[in-house]
Amino acid sequence: MNEKIEVDIRVPNQTRYLGLIGKIGEDIARTLRRYKGDREELAYHLNLVLTEAMTNAIRHANEDDPKKEVHIVISIQDENLNIKVFDQGQGFDVCAISTPDFKGLDEHGRGVFIIRTLMDEVTYRKLDGGNVLEMIKALR
Amino acid sequence: MMVKIEEKGSVILIEVKEERLDAHNSGELKTQMLNLFEEGKNDIVVDLGDVRFVDSSGLGALVSGFKNASARNGNLKLCGLQPQVKSMFELTRLHRVFEIFPGAQEALDSF
Repeated sequence: MNEKIEVDIRVPNQTRYLGLIGKIGEDIARTLRRYKGDREELAYHLNLVLTEAMTNAIRHANEDDPKKEVHIVISIQDENLNIKVFDQGQGFDVCAISTPDFKGLDEHGRGVFIIRTLMDEVTYRKLDGGNVLEMIKALR
Repeated sequence: MMVKIEEKGSVILIEVKEERLDAHNSGELKTQMLNLFEEGKNDIVVDLGDVRFVDSSGLGALVSGFKNASARNGNLKLCGLQPQVKSMFELTRLHRVFEIFPGAQEALDSF
């Protein structure tokens, strides 16, 4: 039987919700019946990419505006996990950001590197009234 | 942000009493460390034993503390990293920057 999950969440544009969304990502990783890899590692990674993507949406794209919201859709069908993070801002193109300088000691700039390292495909595109960051991982 | 700050001789031990160190609370840790630097306390151990999850903002706050300590001829060292937290330092190559100890006593003894 095919395994299909879809979770659709909207939260205010505030960092206090990072833990909640990250926890949902972790719980989803633990429910996957057919996943053969390290489930706890996947749980941490989903928590992490959701946290990083949401932080970028809240701080950069939505410019910390508390009247805006972040919309997250997590879906799983068979072997593919798809996470979409919608912002309502001017945009923050993660695909245009280069790999951090590992010898430097910048305080910022590691979030996008983490997302791109842990996910198989990352795209960012404009929509009416905002943008969507889409992250795909093959659950083999 | 719940932290416990103790003076251990000339070194300050900061125990982070949070399960997550992320963009929501890492700014407070950064401020706590800046307050210590302003008081001339430049040798710091950060105990992450209770921290189960760290994101890039949490790492950034620790990098900020490390840079500030170094600029004042002090040092910031870490201890108590849970395996998943340690893997974050390895992923971002920051395990090459920080001195990392298993427990607080080993970290304090290294000064």
